[in-house]
Amino acid sequence: MKHTLVALVENQPGVLQRVANLFSRRGFNIESLTVGHTETDKISRMTIVVDGATTQVEQVIKQLYKLIDVIRVSDVSEDRTVDRELALIKIHCASASNRLEISNLADVFRGRVVDVATDAVIVEVTGTDDKIDSILGMLRPYGIKEMVRTGMISMVRGAQITARGSEARMLEAAG
Amino acid sequence: MQRLTGAQILCESLIKEGVDTIFGMPGGAIIPLYDTLFQYPFRHILCRHEQGASHMADGYARITGNVGVCLGTSGPGATNLVTGIATAMMDSVPMVAITGQVPTYMIGKDAFQETDTTGITMPITKHNYLVMDVKDLARVIKEAFHIARTGRPGPVLIDIPKDVTTNTAIYEYPTKVNLPGFKPKMQGHSKQIRQAARMIEQAKKPLIIAGHGIILSGAYSELRAFAEKTQVPVLTTLLGISGFPETHPLYLGWPGMHGMYYANMAISHTDCLIAVGMRMDDRVTGRLNAFAPHAQIIHIDIDPAELGKNVRTAVPIVGDAKNVLEALLEEVKPGHHPEWMQTLSQWRIEHPSLALPEKAETMSSPWIVRELYHATEGKAVLVTDVGQAQMWAAQHYFFERPNTHITSGGLGPMGYALPAAIGVQLGKPEEEVWCVTGDGGFQMTLEELSVLAEEKLPVKIALFNNSYLGMVRQWQQLFYDRRYSGVKMWNPDFVKLGEAYSIPTIRVSQVDGVRAAFEWARAIEGPAMIEFVVDAEENVFPMVPPGASLQETIESADDVAPKMQQVAVAAGSDKGGV
Repeated sequence: MKHTLVALVENQPGVLQRVANLFSRRGFNIESLTVGHTETDKISRMTIVVDGATTQVEQVIKQLYKLIDVIRVSDVSEDRTVDRELALIKIHCASASNRLEISNLADVFRGRVVDVATDAVIVEVTGTDDKIDSILGMLRPYGIKEMVRTGMISMVRGAQITARGSEARMLEAAG
Repeated sequence: MQRLTGAQILCESLIKEGVDTIFGMPGGAIIPLYDTLFQYPFRHILCRHEQGASHMADGYARITGNVGVCLGTSGPGATNLVTGIATAMMDSVPMVAITGQVPTYMIGKDAFQETDTTGITMPITKHNYLVMDVKDLARVIKEAFHIARTGRPGPVLIDIPKDVTTNTAIYEYPTKVNLPGFKPKMQGHSKQIRQAARMIEQAKKPLIIAGHGIILSGAYSELRAFAEKTQVPVLTTLLGISGFPETHPLYLGWPGMHGMYYANMAISHTDCLIAVGMRMDDRVTGRLNAFAPHAQIIHIDIDPAELGKNVRTAVPIVGDAKNVLEALLEEVKPGHHPEWMQTLSQWRIEHPSLALPEKAETMSSPWIVRELYHATEGKAVLVTDVGQAQMWAAQHYFFERPNTHITSGGLGPMGYALPAAIGVQLGKPEEEVWCVTGDGGFQMTLEELSVLAEEKLPVKIALFNNSYLGMVRQWQQLFYDRRYSGVKMWNPDFVKLGEAYSIPTIRVSQVDGVRAAFEWARAIEGPAMIEFVVDAEENVFPMVPPGASLQETIESADDVAPKMQQVAVAAGSDKGGV
């Protein structure tokens, strides 16, 4: 099972390196890792997707906690969350009819064409990774020239704050 | 409030942290720091190689319980410190390593003696800092010492560019640290403590295994009281040795790769293993899928990541060993396990593991260690290197007093003993300190003999010379059909070497000379060295072969072939190990 971990970290130089270092040194497999600012100054938020089949997720959380710059970690996999990823996809497209088809496809996935040239278009789409995989499957026959995905970000639904409650969980896990 | 240079801020702050001794060596990037250091009342020990400085700081920290401080310049100074920093990391030793760095405006330009020191040391420090602004320096030092000594101790490195040491800032030493991501849990959870107590009360064959955490938290009397109240026998790990008096009737030795047969059997048969302040190292557990197969495991450690990392745990308790044992002691009812004790003593009689003749016929290393034990009446502090001599010292010297066995367990750096012994002696000048080392390890850091002579430290060196890298040779003999590859040592004349450093040195090649040699060394006021020319192909037994389980403990070389066959069958695809 895929696990989504949300980590709040001090926005210090080297914090990304510490986390990346930890994953490679401990042999943890990560599917994606995104970092960005939060509502609080000097605190960044990482969303890390880990494959639970090959990696002991509890160890990942505990090891993350050992990093001084890591303030909170929570596993939101069991929570109701909004999960989003952004993809930009450049597709080979030389004819007007293809252009229309691609634009219609993008509409279906609530994406949009953000750049048009004589022989290529760029489609922007956001959603869960499943949704992005689906649109990629549909677009592949046209010839994908280039593609970039941001990796997933995640937020717990409702009034609950995402990276709270993790300490209670840690206590449960660790005693 | 005063305006001070970075170097002055560093010195003032070190004094605030109670630092009195610094181990280091100057170099280009830290000349301004040395220029200031010199004006402060520190005892500066000039190592001859920065690895020596980091091991000295380590030894100093282990014996005193204070944070050890080592110092090196940028580039090679920093990379040379690395082995000692990694040692401290693996063994949870509080240390602050300070390195010089090229000036801030030259960082990233591949300047002379520039290395990415924080990058290199990231995985081998508890935390590290590159201080780019002198205004941050005091706060960073405060945090570094706090992190190094709080919770599970460990090394913290502070990298300081040259211009940061010369720039000035208003100096005010912070009184508090603000580290929201660092709040170690010291008290055990009461629910888990109750659960553990009930489990211990119901156990028929309970067993304690006590690690370095006992020594780090000073839980000697708590451990002893707990064991006596519950009548549970006590094992220690290698780093836990001297955490519990070895002549105590409940003491059962130590398990693992070179542990005692009966200790390994005890783990294999216990129904309740109480592991305190230890991290289930592979040298202790043997093959994991056969470790403590009948036991419910209560694992107490201050580092939550150690619980469940290697071994399944029935009751995990996060907390400081001393606090948790105190709480458990109060909670648990007195116990009594006569049958279990009977079984254990039967194993001890049938497989004594540490039995030695009163007098050896040849220069047998274990016997020489035992003679050292008799000569010093078990009262010395032993600082041991890595390999055969380390194992023999741990096996055949019986440690009575707390924290008198200093060794590197996790990293296993040859060359540890001499510099660490220097640190230990400086930390506890009144102690009788013996450096127990081999010809291989000794030659890795023998340059520190200069420090021994210069500082006139009364460290005594017992050098076990078998002209081999003995532990590797043992493996090659037992598991590689005697193909001795890269293990035979050409050695210098160690007596002349000692003399060159003005250290009285004698060579002992006959059994009859051993006791007298110890008396000779003990009578000398300053340092002394004894080279024991020992049996070249003696092996350390008992031994759990790599990849084997504790049940497959080998007691002699004749035991190897049949046992290894069993190991291969039992281990299947899981075979191997280091």
